[in-house]
Amino acid sequence: MYELAYVRPQSLTDALAMLAQDDGAQALSGGQTLMPVLRARLAMPTRLVDLARLHELAGITPAGDGIEIGAATTHHDVSTSSAVRSVLPALAGLAGGIGDAQIRHRGTIGGSIANNDPAACYPSALLALGASITTSQRTLAAQDFFTGMFSTALEPGEIVRSIRLPACDKARYIKFRNPASRFALVGVFAARLPGGYRIAITGGGNGVFRWQEAEQHLDSGGSVSAIAEERLDIGNFTGDLHGSAEYRRHIAAVTVRQAISAIT
Amino acid sequence: MTAITLNVNGASHAIDVEDRTLLVHALRDTLRLTGAHIGCDTSQCGACTVHIDGRAVKSCTVLAAQAVDSEIRTIEGLAKGADLHPMQAAFREHHGLQCGFCTPGMIMMAVDIARRHPRPDDATVRAELEGNLCRCTGYHNIVKAVIAGAAAMEGLA
Amino acid sequence: MNVAPSTTAKFGQSVKRVEDSRLITGNGRYVDDLLLPGQTYAAFVRSAHAHARIASIDTSSAAQMPGVVRILTGQDLVDAGLAPLPCGWNLDSVDGTPARVAVHRALATDAVRFVGEPVALVIAETRNQARDAADAVFVNYEELPTVVDLRAAIAPDAPQLHADIPQNRAFTWGIGDAAQVDAAFARASHKVGIELRNNRLVPNAMEPRAINAEWRTFDRSMTIHLTHQNPIGMRVMFMMLLGLESENHLRVVSPDVGGGFGSKAPAYPEELAVAFAARAVGRPVKWTAERTESFLTDAHGRDHITTAELALDDQGHFLAIRVHTLANFGAYVSTSNALVVSYMYATMLTGQYNIPAAHALVEGIYTNTCPVDAYRGAGRPEAAYLIERLANLAAQEIGVDQAEIRRRNFIRTFPHQTPLVYCYDSGDYEGCLDAALRLADYAGFESRRAEARARGKLRGIGLSAYVEACGIGPSRLLASLGGAGSMWESCEIRVQPAGSVEVLTGAHNHGQGHQTVYAQLVSERFGIPMDRITVIQGDTDRIQAGTGTYGSRASVGLSAAARSCDKIISKGREIVACMLGVEPDQVDFEDGIYSSAATNQTVAFAEMAHAAHAAASFPTDRIEPGLVATTFFDPPNFTYPAGVHVCEVEIDPETGVTEVVAFNAADDFGTVANPMIVEGQVHGGVTQGIGQALWENAVYDPETAQLLTASYMDYGMPRADSLPEFGLTFWPSPTPVNPLGMKGCGEAGAIGSPPAVINAVCDALGIAHMDMPASPEKIWRICRQRSEMA
Repeated sequence: MYELAYVRPQSLTDALAMLAQDDGAQALSGGQTLMPVLRARLAMPTRLVDLARLHELAGITPAGDGIEIGAATTHHDVSTSSAVRSVLPALAGLAGGIGDAQIRHRGTIGGSIANNDPAACYPSALLALGASITTSQRTLAAQDFFTGMFSTALEPGEIVRSIRLPACDKARYIKFRNPASRFALVGVFAARLPGGYRIAITGGGNGVFRWQEAEQHLDSGGSVSAIAEERLDIGNFTGDLHGSAEYRRHIAAVTVRQAISAIT
Repeated sequence: MTAITLNVNGASHAIDVEDRTLLVHALRDTLRLTGAHIGCDTSQCGACTVHIDGRAVKSCTVLAAQAVDSEIRTIEGLAKGADLHPMQAAFREHHGLQCGFCTPGMIMMAVDIARRHPRPDDATVRAELEGNLCRCTGYHNIVKAVIAGAAAMEGLA
Repeated sequence: MNVAPSTTAKFGQSVKRVEDSRLITGNGRYVDDLLLPGQTYAAFVRSAHAHARIASIDTSSAAQMPGVVRILTGQDLVDAGLAPLPCGWNLDSVDGTPARVAVHRALATDAVRFVGEPVALVIAETRNQARDAADAVFVNYEELPTVVDLRAAIAPDAPQLHADIPQNRAFTWGIGDAAQVDAAFARASHKVGIELRNNRLVPNAMEPRAINAEWRTFDRSMTIHLTHQNPIGMRVMFMMLLGLESENHLRVVSPDVGGGFGSKAPAYPEELAVAFAARAVGRPVKWTAERTESFLTDAHGRDHITTAELALDDQGHFLAIRVHTLANFGAYVSTSNALVVSYMYATMLTGQYNIPAAHALVEGIYTNTCPVDAYRGAGRPEAAYLIERLANLAAQEIGVDQAEIRRRNFIRTFPHQTPLVYCYDSGDYEGCLDAALRLADYAGFESRRAEARARGKLRGIGLSAYVEACGIGPSRLLASLGGAGSMWESCEIRVQPAGSVEVLTGAHNHGQGHQTVYAQLVSERFGIPMDRITVIQGDTDRIQAGTGTYGSRASVGLSAAARSCDKIISKGREIVACMLGVEPDQVDFEDGIYSSAATNQTVAFAEMAHAAHAAASFPTDRIEPGLVATTFFDPPNFTYPAGVHVCEVEIDPETGVTEVVAFNAADDFGTVANPMIVEGQVHGGVTQGIGQALWENAVYDPETAQLLTASYMDYGMPRADSLPEFGLTFWPSPTPVNPLGMKGCGEAGAIGSPPAVINAVCDALGIAHMDMPASPEKIWRICRQRSEMA
């Protein structure tokens, strides 16, 4: 890790000021992705602004018919939250499968979505469920928030405050693990919302995306078994030594069928 | 260098560290608690697992400064004097270690597993150990040790 | 079995391990745990290129950085006269020319030849300062073309790694009788052939390599704490390489070592550079590899391309085997690799079978990759994989079951001279097969296959009947084959006046449980409690001589210990005879008590020990005072552990994912010292073998020769949730070649399991062959092709 300064602001206002003061400042939440990046000397922030203990970013609260999750909420706390389990059990399941137990104890939902790793789990849920993301400056729809791999609509100095998700008991996240890293080789979040089916796919390599053709197929009464991988644009997938684009696309289609079967 | 105070195994330690110092380095190099080991640089192997505020975490993926105002427990703080923690005893009883390098992290993780799953079955233990690599044992006896250690912890509770 | 420390143990019991109490409490002492007064830290500048000429190195700005003590380049080392790394084994090519061994320096001078090769070394006050300054060393490289593929490396127009080594070929070595093999093929009714790759592996001992070297100017001596499997061997080697005055000027300590698997047996450039640096700066220098460095530079394992044929008669009897292997050496010859690819590999190609004729050619080839050396099994897994794949192809060709083809060809009488130098000691191959088949419920497999099919899964079963070679010796034989080191092991036993015992062994424990099994042996022999016995190892100031631990050598060291026990007991008999006024042959010793029917008196072992030191009850002109015995045991022959592994897999044809659903093994390790420990060795070995078969693969980019699998993000390590419970049994045929009947067990699991897994995968898919690792995508493509054809 290169030399840097660590600061722990006492309030959100302080945190935003610290981030604004210094172009090289980097927000630190759970740090479970950031620390390995820093250890590998792949990033050179001048200072880390620790958001993990800010009370403004904490807590899981009911919001309308859904829930609002503070950005600093750990994956473990999401996975074990009775509120999440009752209104959105698929999200608890997803959170309980991120990384490993130690990582779930530190890693946070805000940190995960702000990083938007193309193999991260959370972005698929937010995109499929039509979550809204409240930042220090505004509220964004998930589809506007995730803008590409490792890329979001967050401006410099802007941080995620909370994520609001609708209740949904017809949803399922299924992850096909990379045998080495255990990240998602492909992850599928499928939900049946009042407006119809929603399917979001992560792990393809180019960032999370929705498979709208399959959604429409299901909405118009099409069968699960007819969800064909050939109709999934291969441009959404890249290949590496763990699987070609073609294989990832195939696994995505298989996983979509499994997820849809589980909620219908 | 920055002066910080770490609470480790029930004792408070005022130390000077660089801000970039990882918790595992502060424990090993400064406090000379060398039980937590460093087996990788990508947060995968779990040899550095300690408890922060009662939860297992990878001390190579946390800055020492992040752990200020928390209670840290390391493998050195698990036994009560000469009396082994039941999970430590179970690892010995079931031959859950060979070279011993992954063992402190394994045991700290196992204690955390038992806390959350008082009677874990084989599949639960195997899934929960996803973040701990062992190259010697093939995990066979580690799984047996965790199950037995969890049962012994239940008996004490 | 719980044997209280205060009671006597028996050899052969599952005694709980003595070493565990420190390891489970965080009190293990590994090299990186040591901090010395005046400690400095080393960081390496490593090549990011796989092949490049070093045009210049600019250390000027790095030298100005905070905390920097010294920066050393390869030229600095050459200027100071530091010798290159040695090759530990001499081989000649079939044309009689000696192997072409590339000069391997601790830090590269003229060129770099693999990604991660060390180029310069920074010594600084802190770890971070050393790393910061290493990043500021500027190396000007002129890139050269790279070669990774073995066949490409020996092509006429291949990029050449070493100017004096044409076509990157270290040697073409042969063994066996080619004419005899040709004749057998000419009259064969059937032939089966295969071309396969044995995939490159990264050993991944969980403790990274580490060294802390300390130079004492006042007596020109050095102490090195080193993660190593053979500290005594390293003392001689480092003494010579560093040009120290004598062995007495170097102490090497290998304390607790976190796994080896062969990867901590070579002499490495980094460690040599750090030791050199410690002398240069006059302060202790510590280096601990980061895992990325381990991936890039720990000697890798395997990496063969092999073509082979097996000749059969009309009944499926094996008549001859013909093998041609290209073995990847990487950029340099690591310490033992010439041995690994020759006498530890090609000699074992006839397996458990009576094959009258055999011939093998092995080409050792340089590529722009990390050097290769011994990794758990070291040559024997490659041999077992080949013959056990061929055996299954033979079964298919003849139309008989996997078990039946093996039965028809098993060696049944021992000793058995193979056509490839070695003479197998003992065994009961068919009994072992039957034991494994019973354990695995082989007879019930087809119903399990049908049940799986009903769930949409393809279930397969695979057998592998392996034999390997352990406890290698005698030294004279190995020297005649090209060996540069001795093969004996020593054990000194010292009995103290109060009857406690120190056992000093030159073997090294890095997870094998030596502290326990040596104590078990001594406890049984002397009839004294376990807690009176201390096993001392790993420190050249305390151990006189030894050869470390590799190649499942426990049988050698324990045999030395057994002989030393005998010597102590025998001396005790003379002392007791004097004490009781009888003749030595009238003294019996049993369960820790000397007695004589002639007097009805008894003397406990501890009383005898006291008497030996008091030296008052016997004539010291005839019997020396004190109670110490030393043995150097040079094994008269290798031992040949063998066994049968049975693997069952289920494949999801939709995703190509393979799950190992059952794994059973029957092993002949001869006498088993501690079943609990031995089973643990098998669990670990089998897991590494399953890992090789299904997930593990060191992949270099074919164009850039960058290592694509340089972390646990990309290298598929076996994890707890990817493995089954193992079913094990022992089917021992104790060896006659050592006094304990032990054969060795450390590597067997990794030798027998890869072919069992791949045989099961091929059985499930109904295919002839698939290279390791049997990745989901490869399997999915086969399944898809089949469903398209159907």
